Amino acid sequence: MNADAANAPLRTRAIGQPLARIEGHAKVTGAARYAWEHDLSDPLYAYPLQATIARGRVVSIDAEAARALEGVLAIITPDNAPKLQSDENKELWILQSDGIGFRGQFIGAVVAASLEVARHAVDLLRVQYEEEFHDADLRADRNDLYAPECVNAGYPTDSVEGDVDAALQAAEVSIDHTYTTPMEHNNPMETHTTVAIWNDGHFTLYGSTQGAHSLRKTLAPLFGIDADAIRVIAPHVGGGFGSKGTAHAHDVLACLAAQAVPGRPVKVTLTRQQMFQLAGYRTPTIQRIRLGADREGRLTAIAHDVIEQTSRIKEFAEQTAVPTRIMYAAPSRRTTHRLAALDVPVPSWMRAPGETPGMFALETAMDELAIACGLDPVELRVRNDPATDPESGKPWSHRDLVGCLREGARRFGWDRRDRAPRTRERHGWLIGTGVAAATYPRYRMPGSVAAIRYGRDGRYAVRIGAVDIGTGTWTALTQIAADALECPVESIVLAIGDTDLPNATVEGGSSGVSSWGTAIVAAARAFRDHHGRDPKVGAEASAASPDNPDEERLAMHSFGAQFAEVMVNAATGEVRVPRMLGVFSVGRILNPRTARSQFIGGMTMGLSMALLEHSVMDARFGEVVTHDFAEYHVAAHADIEDVDAIWLDESDPHSNAMGSRGIGEIGIVGAAAAIGNAVWHATGIRVRDLPITPDKLLG
Amino acid sequence: MAKTMALKVNSETHSVSVDPGTMLLYVLRDDLKLHGPKFGCGLSECGACTIHLDGKAVHSCVLPVEAAVGHHITTLEGLGTVEKPSPMQQAFIDEQAVQCGYCINGMIMTASAFLAQHPNPSRDEIKQALNGNLCRCGTHMRIVRAVQRAAKTGRQA
Amino acid sequence: MKPFVYERARDAAQAVAALVADPDAVFLGGGTNLVDHMRLGVASPDRVVDVTRLPFDRIEQLADGRVCIGANVRNSELAAHRLIRTRYPMLSQALLAGASGQLRNMATTAGNLMQRTRCVYFQNVTTPCNKRQPGSGCSAIGGYTRYHAILGASEHCIAVHPSDMAVAMSALDARVVVLGPSGERRIPLVDFHRLPGDEPERDTVLRHGELITAVELPALPVAAHSLYRKVRDRRSFAFALVSVAAALDVRGGTIADVRIAFGGVAHKPWRATRAEEILRGTDATPEQFERAADTELAAARSQPGNAFKVKMLRNTLVAALQELAGAA
Repeated sequence: MNADAANAPLRTRAIGQPLARIEGHAKVTGAARYAWEHDLSDPLYAYPLQATIARGRVVSIDAEAARALEGVLAIITPDNAPKLQSDENKELWILQSDGIGFRGQFIGAVVAASLEVARHAVDLLRVQYEEEFHDADLRADRNDLYAPECVNAGYPTDSVEGDVDAALQAAEVSIDHTYTTPMEHNNPMETHTTVAIWNDGHFTLYGSTQGAHSLRKTLAPLFGIDADAIRVIAPHVGGGFGSKGTAHAHDVLACLAAQAVPGRPVKVTLTRQQMFQLAGYRTPTIQRIRLGADREGRLTAIAHDVIEQTSRIKEFAEQTAVPTRIMYAAPSRRTTHRLAALDVPVPSWMRAPGETPGMFALETAMDELAIACGLDPVELRVRNDPATDPESGKPWSHRDLVGCLREGARRFGWDRRDRAPRTRERHGWLIGTGVAAATYPRYRMPGSVAAIRYGRDGRYAVRIGAVDIGTGTWTALTQIAADALECPVESIVLAIGDTDLPNATVEGGSSGVSSWGTAIVAAARAFRDHHGRDPKVGAEASAASPDNPDEERLAMHSFGAQFAEVMVNAATGEVRVPRMLGVFSVGRILNPRTARSQFIGGMTMGLSMALLEHSVMDARFGEVVTHDFAEYHVAAHADIEDVDAIWLDESDPHSNAMGSRGIGEIGIVGAAAAIGNAVWHATGIRVRDLPITPDKLLG
Repeated sequence: MAKTMALKVNSETHSVSVDPGTMLLYVLRDDLKLHGPKFGCGLSECGACTIHLDGKAVHSCVLPVEAAVGHHITTLEGLGTVEKPSPMQQAFIDEQAVQCGYCINGMIMTASAFLAQHPNPSRDEIKQALNGNLCRCGTHMRIVRAVQRAAKTGRQA
Repeated sequence: MKPFVYERARDAAQAVAALVADPDAVFLGGGTNLVDHMRLGVASPDRVVDVTRLPFDRIEQLADGRVCIGANVRNSELAAHRLIRTRYPMLSQALLAGASGQLRNMATTAGNLMQRTRCVYFQNVTTPCNKRQPGSGCSAIGGYTRYHAILGASEHCIAVHPSDMAVAMSALDARVVVLGPSGERRIPLVDFHRLPGDEPERDTVLRHGELITAVELPALPVAAHSLYRKVRDRRSFAFALVSVAAALDVRGGTIADVRIAFGGVAHKPWRATRAEEILRGTDATPEQFERAADTELAAARSQPGNAFKVKMLRNTLVAALQELAGAA
């Protein structure tokens, strides 16, 4: 089948319907099995030994007392750990040397008959260190900042167009401010868990992962085995938000532990505190933004210079300024990323990496520019909406930021907004509103394969090794399969969450359902081509997701507008958010129920980011000291009053056969800026450093 | 070290042989294979492990198993099944108040104990009752609506 | 977690004897703080003596108007009790402002008083802490101080006591009833918790083996007109940045009686006696409230990272008193 036919728009019937979650009953009754919970006989438990210094080396580990403990089966240290075959990814290259790259790094483990015994045995291990000076202090004035080769998702590190400095100098109106976002942790509710069994050169892993296939492809070279020799099973995953998108050290630890006790299942789960060291995080950023404009608010210059941290042992460069490249038109534009490589845990993906911190800064700066120009912030954005992608010059597949802003303004009652800040007060609470734009790229990961088989029961078994981390994959893929096969959803029996199923790409970049769904559509079309509308029992077909020539030709991005109303206590600085509205332009919505949850979930995480979340790095120790749920606050019921999300009725036929562009991440983008802008409007105080805590607003 | 104890869970008596200092959560999950209650923090900070102890919602992650001996323990499995969910579980399905599902045990257990005491709560009272149950997917509003729905069903019943 | 022996106390005297016999034994109440600490390695007792089934589970009004709260009364029960809600609303509000429903169902009155600081360094055994390991140093000084003291701290410790309930009880002139090896004694709540001084490892004046059996509240008519105001980063389920327990009796514009205590700012519930002195007998005006707040807070010594608490507490106290005066 050629690419055009494979990508031809699907006739939608089930798609667009608010189908209830297929796994809902299982989840509300405790029947759904997460990684830890599969029924395995005679499991053992492994608990890690962690470095208590941030840099140096392990001189010795005295295991005598631990070894004497009843129930201890194996003690694994760098001295006796199986040798890993690849040191390419130092985050995963654990227990292979005596070197320590960050505080909390794994330096050993105990395998025991119970988790309590394993934990107690680890407490009894006596470690001697040779400590070296460590550096965990991110500052803008460091003299060792460097430019990475590229930033996350493969974008160029810097971009430049025109003479930005001259344009800023010449601008009639300009602003120049520095914004910071703190280190933040994904904190899915399910702690990162891996249960491993090593049997005859094969691993079976029960994982909490965003990519069953990608996990095994990462692990295989470490153990010098084929990916086929690893089976990953993950039918239900308790959230991820990026942190389960890549393999982490505990996955390797579970495998090493399993090799120490062949044939026995070994369970490993990180504690909540360990997740602050070993499961990735959003890197802290220091962002300087300079904007130049004429008096009518037309941008003449945009400069976005980012400083952020990575770990010394493995580079991760968040693409913080990348969204700025496509957001607004201006003749002169520049973006840069510089990194400080520190003795800290390894940063990684957290919901909309790049867009989330970058758009906080850019959209706060746009609010400041609107004020400087005396313009309504909605109007300022409309005036600077580019007709084509400013970065590539390509036409948009579809861009309707203006539609989102206008529809949101109408529904939110934006026209009733006071022009001046600190105008409204009720019972000691200052009230204000704010707006910000959102964007997220449309990604598709190549390589997913789906297989379809017509069964004796008259139903179609649709098989793909995808995962559902709570987004609604089970449900959305069923709907796609039903429309692709032109049959009712009841005729679809979906299987996901297992590498025994055909290859599926990672749930990342909001690409999961689009990428997997495209493969299902291709397989369904192949199935009908070969077997017609009245297939024989046992008829089968499979296909990979097709290439999409439009990806080269067009710039594909989603957009949105975030509106927030806040109340700030005049005496104490406490902030409440009585109302949030997000309006999104994201292509076709596959399931309005699960989609709304995705948008609102993202906005809620954005509210949480705006007001609460802060992983406080104590540089003296190289340790996040707010490393549990009592100290690291995420938004809870009382913080959430009325968060609503809507979308423009549209389809993007250039994106894929379903017309969808992915929705998992855009909900968080811009949310913190909208709240911060509303806080300015309520109080007249501009907070440029997240989170916006009460102390920053004390009158 | 291990000690044999009798635990009354979901109206049945189970004999378990574990270290008496083991937290009840682990005994429920690892020995009795009741996976409704979840491990989310181990420090009574997230609510995912909530069970009923004599009808009251408590954290099972900081309750030494021996302290639970003699009490009536109810887990999510004790409320209803896939085939026959409890009214609260059904309300969570009806409102689609589940995303990743990991916090849901705590939400349902806390809410059902709360409704038993407060059959006619306001939205704010529900939110306050659930303030020890964290959700990271951002499903809060659907969860509160589910509890409201269950309350309404309960009043009609 | 280190293995330990679990035992249930048969009666109070036996519980006390069990601790006296074993210097590494501790009492176990609801477990919501002690078990956390055992899991974190902050506490590692050999023996825990579960006292939750001792018969100290009642709330009683005594003939002279005092209210006696049994040590094992759960926080949820105490908060909901009619006597507490009507005669001491600040106490009910303080309890409801603390923790979560599940924790309040577990936590006991005595356990709440005995809970230890939430200082992040105290709770992290890989960092120095004078309270956990005397002489090792205070990591909070020069570190993360957002939830640390601005009043009564020492160079050895700047931790704060985390309880909301105890703040209200401090304002209410509560007394702690304690059974020890040599009999019963009563300790005014304001003297129950200590300032850190050079012995930050000692949170309270209790001696090993002493068992809290009850807390007594005096009749205290002013308490009927009281409130608890807690300012925190998250709207629920978070410790106080600052909190104020206040009771005010205004007659004809003049303050007849007043009680004030602060939370989240000191190693113990901070009874604001200087502020009370200024206010008693003066006019109930914003200016007087501000003067009282400023006088009480003149002794405040903040750290980099928590200087905001002085103004936040001042504003919160003034707003709380205005609310009480306005509603009078």
